[in-house]
Amino acid sequence: MRTGLVAKKLGMTRLFKVDGTHVPVTVLHLDEVQVVQQRTQEKDGYNAVQLGWGTAKVKNVSQPNKGHFAAAKVEPKRKLVEFRVTEDALLETGAYLSADHFVVGQKVDVCGVSKGKGFAGGMKRWNFAGLEASHGVSVSHRSLGSTGNRQDPGKTFKNKKMPGHLGQERVTTLNLEIAHVDVTKGLVFVKGAVPGAKNGYVLVRDAIKKDRHADAPYPAGLRASAPAAAEPAAV
Amino acid sequence: MNIIQQYEAETIAKLVAERPVPVFQPGDTLRVAVKVVEGERTRVQNFEGVCIARSNKGLNSNFTVRKISYGEGVERVFPLYAPTIAEIAVIRRGDVRRAKLYYLRGRSGKSARIAERPRDVPKDVVAAE
Repeated sequence: MRTGLVAKKLGMTRLFKVDGTHVPVTVLHLDEVQVVQQRTQEKDGYNAVQLGWGTAKVKNVSQPNKGHFAAAKVEPKRKLVEFRVTEDALLETGAYLSADHFVVGQKVDVCGVSKGKGFAGGMKRWNFAGLEASHGVSVSHRSLGSTGNRQDPGKTFKNKKMPGHLGQERVTTLNLEIAHVDVTKGLVFVKGAVPGAKNGYVLVRDAIKKDRHADAPYPAGLRASAPAAAEPAAV
Repeated sequence: MNIIQQYEAETIAKLVAERPVPVFQPGDTLRVAVKVVEGERTRVQNFEGVCIARSNKGLNSNFTVRKISYGEGVERVFPLYAPTIAEIAVIRRGDVRRAKLYYLRGRSGKSARIAERPRDVPKDVVAAE
């Protein structure tokens, strides 16, 4: 199992293909994605790579994190995430990950924090049908209906789907297709929508319900050096 | 300019280099040559009618063309930069005072005509391009 990537969701646009068809895509930005730490079986009890995204201003980095970045000899990062990997897919600290980690046509899972919807009713939150528009229904067209039985059992069961807070939770969308990859700019174009608002961070990993794509680089799609990447990041 | 706007600008430049987009406004009569795939071969089909609306949103811009086909009104929305369009030709420039000519839907015959605009294109149109 190889590592995923952390990216920033920039928004959606469309892609015109050579054959004239067009694809709605979400643009994900990889800005200086770098390995900050290795977690190993001996030391931590599991194998993983810790990735950092972007660059953070030093004044905004906490004292403990400053030490953490200094130990890894990397610039302070805006966002830190971890991906579990198998032992043979561990990456060197400081290695830069490139957008061609993913190949066009492969399936990925994308994790993000969905947009908060506030306190939502049963129709929006659980797709309840609501009550009828007429036939004597008054005022309660969007209400739940019944929440239980009668004197026996005499209570509403736990976990009954009811109105409440909706959104702003971790959501994973499975099996999205990679439509296009721009290595120099560090952009990944994923077909369809991705959870979360613009400028939110998302985790992209190989689809767990599909075999790994034959052309996908193993253990990871790495970029040779930093300077080439520094330029597109400034754009 | 953010990254998406930049990507869209580059894509538009590339698509326009392959197939230019003429200056046209709502009210103009257009002939849109659409590439149609039939099995293995492709041919070009013309759709000729009045442009009744334009929606300008970068790469996602589109325009609506309305024509009367066998007595039935037909409207088609085309993406402005779609590679499936072989050519957009302006046949006649119309003189209208609305950006969206949806009022034509309720009209037919004589009342659905649009007067021709004088030959010289107003300056603001040239500037808009």
